[in-house]
Amino acid sequence: MDPVISIRPLAAVTVAGLAALAVLLLNKREKLRDLVSPLAAIVMFAIVASMAPTVLAGGTVDLRLFEILPGIDFAFRVDALGMVFATVSSLLWIVAAIYSIGYMRHLNEHAQTRFFACFATSLAAAVGGAFSANLFTLVIFYEVLSLVTYPLVYHHEDEEGWKGSRKYLVYLMGASKSALLAALALTYHVAGSLDFVAGGLLAGADASGPLLTVVYFCYLFGFAKAAVMPMHAWLPAAMVAPTPVSALLHAVAVVKMGVFCVLRVVFHVFGVGLVGGLGLGIATAYLVSFTILMASVYALTRDDLKARLAYSTVSQLSYVVLGAVLLSPVAMVGGIIHIAAHAFSKITLFFCAGSIYCASGKRNISDMAGIGRRLPWTMGAFFVASLSMIGVPPTAGFVSKWYLTLGSVEAGEVAFLIVLLASSVLNAAYFLPVSYVAFFGAEAPESPATVREIPLVTVPLVATAVLSVLMGIFPGYFLALAEGVVG
Amino acid sequence: MTVPLLSLIVFMPAAGAALLMFLRNDDAVRWTALGFTVLDFALSIVMLAGFDTTTHEMQFTERRPWVPALGITYALGVDGISALFVFLTALLGWICVLASWVAIDRKVKEFMISLLAMQALVLGVFCALDLFLFYVFWEAMLIPMYLIIGVWGGDGRVYAAFKFFLYTLAGSLLFLVGVIVLYFQGGETFDILALTAQDLPFQVQSWLFFAFLIAFAVKVPMVPVHTWLPDAHVQAPTAGSIILAGVLLKMGAYGFLRFSLPMLPEASVYYSTLMLALSALAIVYGGFLALAQDDLKKLVAYSSISHMGFVTMGIFALNLRGLEGGILQMFNHGVTTGALFLFVGLIYERTHTRSIADYGGLMKVAPVYTAFLALFTLSSMALPGTNSFVGELLVLSGGFAANFAVGAAAVLGALLGAAYLLGMYRKVALGPVSARAQFKIHDVNGREITAILPLAVFVLWVGLYPKPFLDVMDASVKHLLTQVHDRESGQ
Repeated sequence: MDPVISIRPLAAVTVAGLAALAVLLLNKREKLRDLVSPLAAIVMFAIVASMAPTVLAGGTVDLRLFEILPGIDFAFRVDALGMVFATVSSLLWIVAAIYSIGYMRHLNEHAQTRFFACFATSLAAAVGGAFSANLFTLVIFYEVLSLVTYPLVYHHEDEEGWKGSRKYLVYLMGASKSALLAALALTYHVAGSLDFVAGGLLAGADASGPLLTVVYFCYLFGFAKAAVMPMHAWLPAAMVAPTPVSALLHAVAVVKMGVFCVLRVVFHVFGVGLVGGLGLGIATAYLVSFTILMASVYALTRDDLKARLAYSTVSQLSYVVLGAVLLSPVAMVGGIIHIAAHAFSKITLFFCAGSIYCASGKRNISDMAGIGRRLPWTMGAFFVASLSMIGVPPTAGFVSKWYLTLGSVEAGEVAFLIVLLASSVLNAAYFLPVSYVAFFGAEAPESPATVREIPLVTVPLVATAVLSVLMGIFPGYFLALAEGVVG
Repeated sequence: MTVPLLSLIVFMPAAGAALLMFLRNDDAVRWTALGFTVLDFALSIVMLAGFDTTTHEMQFTERRPWVPALGITYALGVDGISALFVFLTALLGWICVLASWVAIDRKVKEFMISLLAMQALVLGVFCALDLFLFYVFWEAMLIPMYLIIGVWGGDGRVYAAFKFFLYTLAGSLLFLVGVIVLYFQGGETFDILALTAQDLPFQVQSWLFFAFLIAFAVKVPMVPVHTWLPDAHVQAPTAGSIILAGVLLKMGAYGFLRFSLPMLPEASVYYSTLMLALSALAIVYGGFLALAQDDLKKLVAYSSISHMGFVTMGIFALNLRGLEGGILQMFNHGVTTGALFLFVGLIYERTHTRSIADYGGLMKVAPVYTAFLALFTLSSMALPGTNSFVGELLVLSGGFAANFAVGAAAVLGALLGAAYLLGMYRKVALGPVSARAQFKIHDVNGREITAILPLAVFVLWVGLYPKPFLDVMDASVKHLLTQVHDRESGQ
């Protein structure tokens, strides 16, 4: 099928970019300014959705802008993998934009213009990355995303904020200016191009196994946003950001950009054949299994709800990578749809954490006894999303975990089956107590009676909880895209 | 008769300098200097517009006999490599004038004369096709630079100027010896193109290579002959720093490209590993030095050493990507580091301190200034999307092809770059507003933005669409490579 040439990939990026500009210009007119983000999100989602039929039919939407270097263009290509990431990001931006307004207004946060402008730019970068046709274009958006989320992390501008944001930048920039840079230069040296190629750009390249192995691991750790241990420490540090940032960016856009890049490398730079041939798949699988289990153990020990969610994210991101590197088609499908499944559920959980904080000022799980009776919608949504994280049917998490477990059996790797099951037990161990305490714990007698749901915050989190269930019941769209990637 | 465009470009600033001698009013001096440099810039654009990118031959050539008895001619011409630097020099020329507008408040006339003379001589270096003529420009340029640092510099200006002079002169003397040897070995001619076509015995090439190496390495500067640079930069006035970083350092690298590689191909290939190792050393050592600085100007100065290491690394990778990347990095370094020195100068004029520890929260006080500073900081650390990233990717790609270990060391240098640049930016621009920054800081004005904007344009232009720049040099670089490799393998 011939690629469709269209301006739409660029338009999707531009919408968010223009939104950021509009936010800056409307600095003083808060009501109008706050309208910009949700509107832009809806337009962006519409543009992304308009390309879905072409991609579902096995085609691509291409836009080549200009040549940067011989073998490197500034170019967009919307394919199935990019579509998964872009659909999730743009769809969830709509709810997150509404949630942000509620959250920021309720807490009367400072520097809201900067916040919304950076937020919109982050989405432009995320979708730009999803639609990039080669590593060069992808890396430009990747770095823009690192930079514009930095002010969002130091948002509070207090001691904690500066410390956390410093760690954030050191990890992300450090990894990309060392490992990633080396990987890019070596890839360009070996292949003379940085394009994504079905079957792998480096497949059949004239390079030694050890060199390719070095390049591979440079990518894996260079894309620190994927948070494979030991490159994960930035993510808990980023939790100093306001909760909408943690929700959309550090559970969806930023971290998914990381695993998305890793998947691009596995599928379209190395190719499944080469990753398998060099024995890199199984090596990576062990590496990410360690991350999956270890991060879950960390999560168990955290009483701060956002910190627990952050470590849970570290663990869940590695599911996506695990699915890809098991190299069996079913596992790959599982990994890819876990991008969406985890996004819907984890954003819900973060939204809930923010809702609890807005309503009661509480951050520690041990202080949340009985809060479910005050915030039934919030904690109900939290429970539903928890089930999805654990992988209970009929939620989204069940579908992806089903494919992942089936895939590890298909790959003949029982070890990873055990990892997946053990991890699910751990998930249950650190998520279910939160709901239990919230609904059945005895409320502290001195707690104020003013704790109640905030509509602008609650509606979005209920919506994403519903999405988590809907995707569990109707996984067809994401399954079709994932199968399009695997082929 | 065709217009002698290159002569016009070279002597336009000189004519301006001559005219300045008759002016008395400081403002008239400034405007006249600006007029001539802008005119020169316009001429350089005319030159680039008429430049034929399909050939490696010298273009806009002019030849007039000068001292026929000794075979000395007045010969000018540009190829794809020098054309870029003529353009860069002309661009930075008027930016330097703007940068000195209020910063230089005494002996304005003398300063502008030195600046314009300087520009004329540097342009002469890049255009000369006669070795003797080249040497004259190369040496004469020391005098105005010495004056710029020694008269209008900071408190330690005399020491710095003297050190600069001594280092460069020592290198130049060896260069002179090399020139004389070349003259006799190459058939008693000073014609650079004719000398390039000579096949010298390897023994002679080796001696010449090291004579040239010391001369050029001082200019670049390469470790361990770099120590004059931080002193010179810290003491020089802003315009002096811009021209020093922007074009003077380029002359060393240009020397490698114009003399060492094409005239001494076998020696260049033979000693390339040594050169790559020295480059890697400069990248890493310069990076560590920059990391340790509290003085803004020193930080940028040491970063220059690291960045020029990328340039020499690209050149001595001796492959297409490396060379093109190295030359592109020369241009990028001129733009970006020139801009950073300008920024240090702008803030120093306001606060009279260069200590990073005195700053903080500038973003709240001078948002436009800090926004542009962010752009150039990111450019200097080679963020994807900016000019330096394209150059760095090419250099590393070429470097890895030449020598894996050297490439890996350079990556470490890139990491260091991110560390000291982002650290500097965070301390200066973000955080609570420091006591120093709270009063008397006004944001950049129209004149300053005029100087900044073109540099900002080049950061993004080269970063996203470097093709026109690579097209200019492409034919010449490919030709240079055949000169090096064909003759090296033909022996």
